[in-house]
Amino acid sequence: MPTLKEMSHRPERLTGGHRLCAGCGASIAVRQVLQGTTEDVVVGCATGCLEVATTIYPFTAWKTPFIHNAFENSAATISGVESAFRTLQRKGKIPMSKDVKFVAWGGDGGTYDIGIQSLSGALERGHNMVYVCYDNEAYMNTGIQRSSATPLCASTNTAPAGSCSVGKAQFRKDLTMVVAAHHIPYAAQASIGFWNDLVKKAEKAFAVEGPAFLLVLAPCPRGWGFPNDKAVEIGKLAVDTCFWPLYEVENGVFRLTRKVPDAKKKPVEEWLRSQTRFSHLFKPGCEGWVEKIQKHTDEEWARYLEMDGKKIF
Amino acid sequence: MLSAPVKTIRMALTGNDAGAEAMRQIDPDVAAVFPITPQTELMHAFAAFVANGKVSTELVTVESEHSAMSATVGASAAGARAMTATSANGLALMWEIVYIAASLRLPIVMPVINRALSGPINIHCDHSDMMGCRDSGWIQIYSENSQEEYDNIIQAVRIAEHPDVLLPVMVGSDGFIISHAMEVVDIYPDEDVKKFVGDYNPKYGLLTGKDPMTVGPLDLQDYYMEHKRQQAEAMKNARKVILEVGKEFGSKFGRTYGYFDTYKLEDAEYGMVAIGSTAGTAKVTVDRMREKGEKVGLLKLRVFRPFPGAELVHALKHLKGLTVLDRSDSFGAEGGPLFNELRASFNEETHKPLIRNFIYGLGGRDINLEDLENLFRKTMDMVKTGEGAGSSQYYGARGDE
Repeated sequence: MPTLKEMSHRPERLTGGHRLCAGCGASIAVRQVLQGTTEDVVVGCATGCLEVATTIYPFTAWKTPFIHNAFENSAATISGVESAFRTLQRKGKIPMSKDVKFVAWGGDGGTYDIGIQSLSGALERGHNMVYVCYDNEAYMNTGIQRSSATPLCASTNTAPAGSCSVGKAQFRKDLTMVVAAHHIPYAAQASIGFWNDLVKKAEKAFAVEGPAFLLVLAPCPRGWGFPNDKAVEIGKLAVDTCFWPLYEVENGVFRLTRKVPDAKKKPVEEWLRSQTRFSHLFKPGCEGWVEKIQKHTDEEWARYLEMDGKKIF
Repeated sequence: MLSAPVKTIRMALTGNDAGAEAMRQIDPDVAAVFPITPQTELMHAFAAFVANGKVSTELVTVESEHSAMSATVGASAAGARAMTATSANGLALMWEIVYIAASLRLPIVMPVINRALSGPINIHCDHSDMMGCRDSGWIQIYSENSQEEYDNIIQAVRIAEHPDVLLPVMVGSDGFIISHAMEVVDIYPDEDVKKFVGDYNPKYGLLTGKDPMTVGPLDLQDYYMEHKRQQAEAMKNARKVILEVGKEFGSKFGRTYGYFDTYKLEDAEYGMVAIGSTAGTAKVTVDRMREKGEKVGLLKLRVFRPFPGAELVHALKHLKGLTVLDRSDSFGAEGGPLFNELRASFNEETHKPLIRNFIYGLGGRDINLEDLENLFRKTMDMVKTGEGAGSSQYYGARGDE
């Protein structure tokens, strides 16, 4: 794990000047994850905020080779690039001594939903790649629609809160566990609120042979409804309320990487109140939902504590 | 029959085996495979070549055709020679990425074993799969038999990778009729094919370029149209390159290829245009009718994209009557895709044949010698009476006659 000072000297692979919103969690996630390796990197990216805002022709914010293909195929596309690398090395067109890391990016829509088949296939095939999902819990690029990553009760434009609706009616999909069930060497859940945890996980992900997966919570000021300067704080609050536990599954062993002590555990209400997507929960007619979310969070946290240190796959 | 400058090996192969032989000799860097009838056996044979070290290809055994085309795009953009193969619904599932491959100017070669698109589900031959993506920006070449499939796949690599072209190519071969029928195929020596195809060293590549490049950026109102224009120019350039490669292929291997072949057409009064294996049956029909003194001839279209309209008009305009056979419909249009384009090409001609269209053979419906003779007779009747000119009808479906 490099020190913060060392990291500050590492070259930026995603330059400033791109057109992501002020306070966007996605660009922070990219910069932190790419701090996890000093090797050459080829970046693949699904259609989404990150892609459209960083590569508006004739400009690019990427100082690494970069490929965007479509929405649902970031994993399949990078699996093709990685396969090409192996052949070209075998044929002597790329020196055997050269190490290149392949990293595929997708938002939660491009990963949990439309891209999950492509991801699952690439994981099963065992490509030497890191897949990173920057999770802002809805389709943000198209204007805040619910995805299977959207948490219970969040209001989005396709599952809005209203007189007959509390927002999204379902809990989010447990994607990291879905991915870990592919028995890949490394899968982890992280947040941009904890850079040291995230960079450490990125280092591990880049170091393993075979596929690795990172699910990074990337708060979205526009979609979640919080001030532009609060993304990192919100990313911390998600973890401190146990709404977004930080953990890893390394060779099948589950480990919580931030065990929030009961005394320091913040109520989920604090997390919900920090964002306008949940504001309807605090108005008359929505009684009981905050408690329901708290209860679910507690049960999940207890389940994680139970699994901690155990081989689960 | 042929005086091939190289020593050929005569083999009994199915179309799928012939396609796999071409791929073995091309030895692509990456090939993505996914099963779909009737393409499946082509990739069986190729996977066996990989498993036995006959090629150095990295096989990507994807979980869908969408990922097959996506991985092929990734590999090609990386700077590798990349191929895949498919049929019908598989091609339809790829659709989105088929367009992207063309717009990224990636010289991917893809055998398509032509099969009817669902629904209803059907596994047999027609051309609805490739005709459906005729505007996707891919070069489209069709084969009459296994020999042509083999020859076309080899040529396709040269056409696709030509610096003035850089467009993907799909090589169509009729499902089951070609893909599963055993035929005599002349296979050329490995070293000659490899020499013809050449080593692949693209100018741009994610892994092979000096500077990092961004592939697939967002392209808005200010540049999108210029990029489309470049694609259109590349397709124009392909016209020349297809002929050059076809000629060079002929000088090396004894079989010269153009946009189309004609058969006893020069002095014919009544003509037929067909694509694919039907052309083989039609040649026998022409022979039989010629024995009876009928002045009939055939044009077999090989290249549908780019569409050789002017050349077709030149080859067909002397006819009195012409029947265009489409093995796919274009619902709601005034006839099948081939008919529409060919008829449009004749628009400015003052001296032209009466033309009619038959949509036939959908979902593998058989077409035999008697059927084709019947169609020639209908062409003659049209010239005699004027009836049927400009019309498009189904042929061989219940209730048609």
